[in-house]
Amino acid sequence: MAKKNKETTGLKWSYDPALEGVDHIKLREKYDLFINGKWVKPSSGKYFKTFNPADESFLAEVANADAKDVDKAVKAAREAYDNVWSKTSPSERAKYIYRIARLMQERAREFAVIETLDAGKTIRESRDVDVPLACNHFFYYAGWADKLDYAFPNRKVSPLGVAGQIIPWNFPLLMAAWKIAPALATGNTVVLKPAETTPLTALKLAEIIEESGLPAGVVNIVTGYGDTGAAIVNHTDVNKVAFTGSTGVGKMIQKSLAGTNKKLTLELGGKSANIIFEDAPIDQAIEGIINGIFFNQGHVCCAGSRLFVQESVADLVVRKLKDRMGSLIVGNPLDKNTDIGAINSKEQLATILKYINIGKEEGAEMFQLACDLPDKGYYCPPTLFTNVAQSSIIAQEEIFGPVLTIQTFRTVDEVIQKANNSPFGLAAGVWTDKGSRIFNLTTKLKAGVVWANTYNKFDPSSPFGGYKESGFGREGGLHGLSAYVKLS
Amino acid sequence: MSSDNSKIQNIINDCPTIDKVGAEERVARFQTRSIKGESKLMGLKMTLNMIDLTTLEGKDTQGKVKQMCYKAEHLHDAIPGLPTVAAVCVYPSMVKVAKNALKHTDIKVASVATAFPGGQSPLAVKIADTKFAVDQGADEVDMVISRGKFMEGSYAYVFDEIAAIKDACGNARLKVILETGELATLDDVRLASDLAIHAGADFIKTSTGKIQPAATMPVTLTMLMAIKDHYDKTGIMIGMKPAGGISTSKLALHYLVMVNEVLGEKWLSNEWFRFGASSLANDVLMQIAKAVNGPYQSADYFSID
Repeated sequence: MAKKNKETTGLKWSYDPALEGVDHIKLREKYDLFINGKWVKPSSGKYFKTFNPADESFLAEVANADAKDVDKAVKAAREAYDNVWSKTSPSERAKYIYRIARLMQERAREFAVIETLDAGKTIRESRDVDVPLACNHFFYYAGWADKLDYAFPNRKVSPLGVAGQIIPWNFPLLMAAWKIAPALATGNTVVLKPAETTPLTALKLAEIIEESGLPAGVVNIVTGYGDTGAAIVNHTDVNKVAFTGSTGVGKMIQKSLAGTNKKLTLELGGKSANIIFEDAPIDQAIEGIINGIFFNQGHVCCAGSRLFVQESVADLVVRKLKDRMGSLIVGNPLDKNTDIGAINSKEQLATILKYINIGKEEGAEMFQLACDLPDKGYYCPPTLFTNVAQSSIIAQEEIFGPVLTIQTFRTVDEVIQKANNSPFGLAAGVWTDKGSRIFNLTTKLKAGVVWANTYNKFDPSSPFGGYKESGFGREGGLHGLSAYVKLS
Repeated sequence: MSSDNSKIQNIINDCPTIDKVGAEERVARFQTRSIKGESKLMGLKMTLNMIDLTTLEGKDTQGKVKQMCYKAEHLHDAIPGLPTVAAVCVYPSMVKVAKNALKHTDIKVASVATAFPGGQSPLAVKIADTKFAVDQGADEVDMVISRGKFMEGSYAYVFDEIAAIKDACGNARLKVILETGELATLDDVRLASDLAIHAGADFIKTSTGKIQPAATMPVTLTMLMAIKDHYDKTGIMIGMKPAGGISTSKLALHYLVMVNEVLGEKWLSNEWFRFGASSLANDVLMQIAKAVNGPYQSADYFSID
């Protein structure tokens, strides 16, 4: 038996900064609206500024579109639909979509750096997740364009017309791809509005679309705030509205569309359960917890923000989790070694801090990673709350930040009940070595996506979407096509 | 020490399951770490100092071993201030030669034993093999476990054998080779690691280098987690030695990142971490020379003892 041995000190080894270069990117100082294949000044003449949340530095000025501009964009989309795109053969449509995908891939590094600058997310994630996935969505839906008859056998498939699309700030380019690719593949034209804090990669995508030779007006990109989005939603000549964002705005959109014949899909918030059973591969489950809540600073609608741990392993899991958090690197998102980057905006940071305070007031026990945060910019250290009950506000409301609540459970039925006891139903994770238990839970959890022994896995071929207040309609895969077609 | 069934049963019960996909993802995360500048140079020097420079061939001769021992001490005299390797690793019959060649240095002599690499011999032969190596002056013994017995489920046999070899080692430190290329699953790697640790291993080691695959990062991660869990429970440190297949600086740095982030800086010394390798040193030297002098030099500038 090994005797208690003397402990020696090894070498303290920390990593030097490994910054991704920014010299190669091309940003304009001022971006106009991309309407009918041209860059158009906003009718109001107003622009707003977009900043880097990692250091609050100015990045570019972006046009603020009003209802007149939106009307222009919708008209362009309508004309392009009537005169060009609806008459373009499916295989021709596919060629354009493939071309966009390839052009994006060629400029993947530039996209990744701009995404990191504008959104605060780590270069590791924008380089390894956001940009490749966005390209893959275009590739995937390009493949469907001339096979729609096989997607919906024995049905006549027709496009809807003009799709108005509003996307959030957490995955700016990826969400643009999720929206644009299936719409184009099915023969619709598009008016897309990126979020006001993260418009740059969508505008960069507009440049690529311009370069690809896609007929003018097929994709229009208008930038602005909530009123710009409302102008799209309420425009009478829009046939389809696709929105990804907060549940509050989603409800408003659904109200305003009541009584119209516009088709609607909503991908809203979540408070997803990540469930660890005692027989789970614990060390890998720890990674899944980390990835589930700290991926993209927790700005993920399907973030595994409610952790349920079986009581017999709760202490072990919490200890290992805290230990693992110790090796997370928080800081400059452009550093290739950074695990957790900047919070997307000052407002979002304030929201997160508000919830952290609520958690403390509710008497939950907080653990935060002790780390140096940069002086400038918006940062929040990874945070855990234990001693949380189902009735705690921090376990009920979406925080949309790197904040995890931990609850324990005793039986399978109990955890199913608790996981489903939420107004949301976007995703869930189940960690167990037992195959039958996985299938039992996947059928009983009211969530659009259930991951088994993994978390936050995305693929263009796999549908994504929610139950209840997490929205309706599916994006991705075969299911993603049906949101953009009329079947008869 | 001999095992009783309940003890083995406890080890099996406490052994967690491993999800291979998850382990591979964790490894991919280590591999995205970008090691630059001073931290790279420091990592490379650490690597040199953690190498067990190895020759384990049927055709090994005194001449070959002496030359390798000189290299162990004089890795690349063109660059002053470089560390030596941690140890040389040879067959028992070469221990005395190596010991003599290195007597004026701190470099350890490690000897494989226990009917390396197959391990298909009776315990008495293995004990004799171990004792011979230790009598010849080996500071460290690298034993192989009985993989056949492990496959049969005779975990008590595997445990008792390791314990018996540990006894035979006396003051020599014992490295237990699991030969993970034959164990096939990470669950088995973990169980074998736990058995070895409880039976008295000072180090656990992946491979003999005679079987493919030799060391891989997911296997090493699994073994590091076993070491970590044991340390968290008992406060006892166990060393780790991946061996075979690590021949580039970049891969070596990824291993160090993994050790650094799983076990922490306590393990970043050759007392607790080793690379079993024959060709790694020159690639590391090439990288150091580049960092010091600027351009890459041809392989002809680095000796190949």
